[in-house]
Amino acid sequence: MKGPVDRRQFLKLAGLGGVVLVSGCASSLGPGMAGADSDFYFVQLSDSHWGFEGPAVNPDAQGTLKKAVAAVNGLARQPDFVMFTGDLTHTTDDPKERRRRLAEVSEIVSALKVKDVRFMPGEHDASLDNGKAFKEFFGPTRYTFDHKGVHFIVVDNVSDPTAAIGDEQLQWLQADLDRQPRDARIVVFTHRPLFDLYPQWDWATRDGARAIALLQTHDNVTVFYGHIHQENHFMTGNIAHHSAKGLMFALPVAGSQPKRLPIPWDAGAPYRGLGFREVDAERTPVKYAVTEMPVS
Amino acid sequence: MLPNRRILLRASLALGVATAAGPITLLAQAKPRVIPIRALKFTYEPAELTLKLNEPVVFQLTSADVVMGFSVPDFHTRATIIPGQVIEVPMTPDKVGEFIFLCDVFCGSGHENMEGTMRVVA
Repeated sequence: MKGPVDRRQFLKLAGLGGVVLVSGCASSLGPGMAGADSDFYFVQLSDSHWGFEGPAVNPDAQGTLKKAVAAVNGLARQPDFVMFTGDLTHTTDDPKERRRRLAEVSEIVSALKVKDVRFMPGEHDASLDNGKAFKEFFGPTRYTFDHKGVHFIVVDNVSDPTAAIGDEQLQWLQADLDRQPRDARIVVFTHRPLFDLYPQWDWATRDGARAIALLQTHDNVTVFYGHIHQENHFMTGNIAHHSAKGLMFALPVAGSQPKRLPIPWDAGAPYRGLGFREVDAERTPVKYAVTEMPVS
Repeated sequence: MLPNRRILLRASLALGVATAAGPITLLAQAKPRVIPIRALKFTYEPAELTLKLNEPVVFQLTSADVVMGFSVPDFHTRATIIPGQVIEVPMTPDKVGEFIFLCDVFCGSGHENMEGTMRVVA
């Protein structure tokens, strides 16, 4: 890429998927952030369900995640970091097999050129052992970090099998938010949607409304999540929520059919509905350009 | 054979008839229908229910193996089912249609298919 065309314009011109712009209204930086900010982008990977078997849904179950890694490695400009928003593995009742799958994902993802790769669990990774095996491979299931003026919060809504964040973690979230200026640029990563997207298909977080109420106290909050294996863009108050496509199978639109069954593989359009996304974080005004990228 | 006096009295009270002490205004309360449901990996027995509109029911929930959930989002009804316990959950459907009930506690490799259908008829 060259010249003054910004990255988002380039992606639009190149026809690489839809772009969603999310605006905020921050006008100043918080204390200690001056000089630390600049535009950057990160990649969100999600729901690779490593270990899933179902040729009618994905005959390349062993290859799709590797293709996604190769696609990220092939980006002209590498992202500042990669965030993997859960369901790295497909669930298994066998703890030994769970660890084998987690180890294999760790090995595959280690091929990324970008070495700043961050992980969080999905319910398939963590709900049967409260995140024990996940932590052995990938560390904490909730944490915060700061990058170029943006405060990132990873919220775990899967280690509790009832899909709750829990009182203790909500207190942790509140304490962290209390330390951020009201106009801080905040990005939240979760696996499940925090709002009731479609509880009939378990697309919700039991106490997600409490987390949203805490986040609403800040002006510039955006949530990126996985779980539903498709794009969805939704506002709760001033908070935008963006779900990502998966890397194993696509799921139907909420309530569009009686059962939540994976969309069958289309040999005429292989990998359709799968992919990863790039998120451009722009400072003035606060804005995130979401670009969906295919796997092929 | 004469009917039992207690039964007569109970019937009178339920119908709101007058007594020597004045009019009784107790309303008849139909006893909720009890519907036993057994949860087990990864289904419910029964998995199909038919309820009548505005009919009070009590779901009597048990689990055969692990902790399960029973959730009927359209009626804001849910419970966690602990093995060895009987959990009773009342519900009165206030709309007709076909609704999903599902396990909302991640219970194993077949969890995502653990659901049933609830039909509410007029």
